[in-house]
Amino acid sequence: MRAQVLLWAAQRASAAILAVCVLVHLVTIVYAVRNGLTASEILARTSGSVFWTAFYALFVAAVAVHAPIGLRNVLAETFAWRGRSLEAAMLLLAFVLAFGGWRAVYAVVAV
Amino acid sequence: MSTLEVSVWRGGESGHFQDFEVPRLESQTVLDVVTHIQRRLDPTLSYRFSCRVGMCGSCAMTVNGKARWTCRTHVSTVAESGKLEIGPLSNLPVVKDLVTDMAPFFDKWAQAKGEFRGSRTRHDDFAVVKPETLSRKLVDEAIECIGCGVCYSSCDVVSWKPEYLGPAALNRAWTLVNDVRDVGQQERLGAIAGDAGCHACHTQMTCTERCPKFLSPTKSIAGLKRVVLTAALKGNL
Repeated sequence: MRAQVLLWAAQRASAAILAVCVLVHLVTIVYAVRNGLTASEILARTSGSVFWTAFYALFVAAVAVHAPIGLRNVLAETFAWRGRSLEAAMLLLAFVLAFGGWRAVYAVVAV
Repeated sequence: MSTLEVSVWRGGESGHFQDFEVPRLESQTVLDVVTHIQRRLDPTLSYRFSCRVGMCGSCAMTVNGKARWTCRTHVSTVAESGKLEIGPLSNLPVVKDLVTDMAPFFDKWAQAKGEFRGSRTRHDDFAVVKPETLSRKLVDEAIECIGCGVCYSSCDVVSWKPEYLGPAALNRAWTLVNDVRDVGQQERLGAIAGDAGCHACHTQMTCTERCPKFLSPTKSIAGLKRVVLTAALKGNL
């Protein structure tokens, strides 16, 4: 029971982080596109940047926490999928999101 | 005299709508319409009512797609086109026609520890609960529930997740969580937390929109979420 409450709290907390991260991410995209930056120019700015490393690492962590908890509810309510198999599948999804996300972050910030 | 075209659910879980023509009267309520059908047109129609003045919570039905208390719902407010479709409440088993089995609804009040547990005996003095205290004000906001089942019937989460306690039971629990005399708080918080409890609420607020007593179960559930989270973080759950 306590675990369910903490999952709920984790989803709310990660949502608060995502609200800020998504906004910064979108503004960054619009800025990069409007100024016509090339891929290499973008990589020049992100490579070795402590700020962008920290920002996108946090962004990915928030996604990896938020999405599986939300999907867990959707699957439980829509398909009546409950129990350990659902928990295991969502834990796997969290690892996939975190691994894939951090790998992508590494690709753009590695020197 | 003008007439109303009324379709009424007949049967149990499976059944059909039966059409009736009912005289349109001034200040007529939906309960008046159902009563006319049973007394004048078809005495086999089953429905439930008691007080007829919005106190007992017995006469809730689905009227033109929405759960309502029928004794205080005027036909003029719901039958703009002169047509009424009246069915049993959703999310509850149908016994017959417009009568639902309310047992699952009230069982969940019990599951949510909806009964008061005091510590005083008849030999003790009265407990003093001052009306101006915050806890008592929170109780006052939520205490007037008549148990009609309109919120439970209107809640999408109940239809998606049948084990969900629902708005009325959680609203009741909230009044007890704020009752300074109650000594069953620990057990209650455990009963109302988690996936089948207050944390299942999506804050869609249909319960609050449809509550005939203008209560806000949504607000009560939000309060429970805060109290439960605090207890969980302190390790008291």
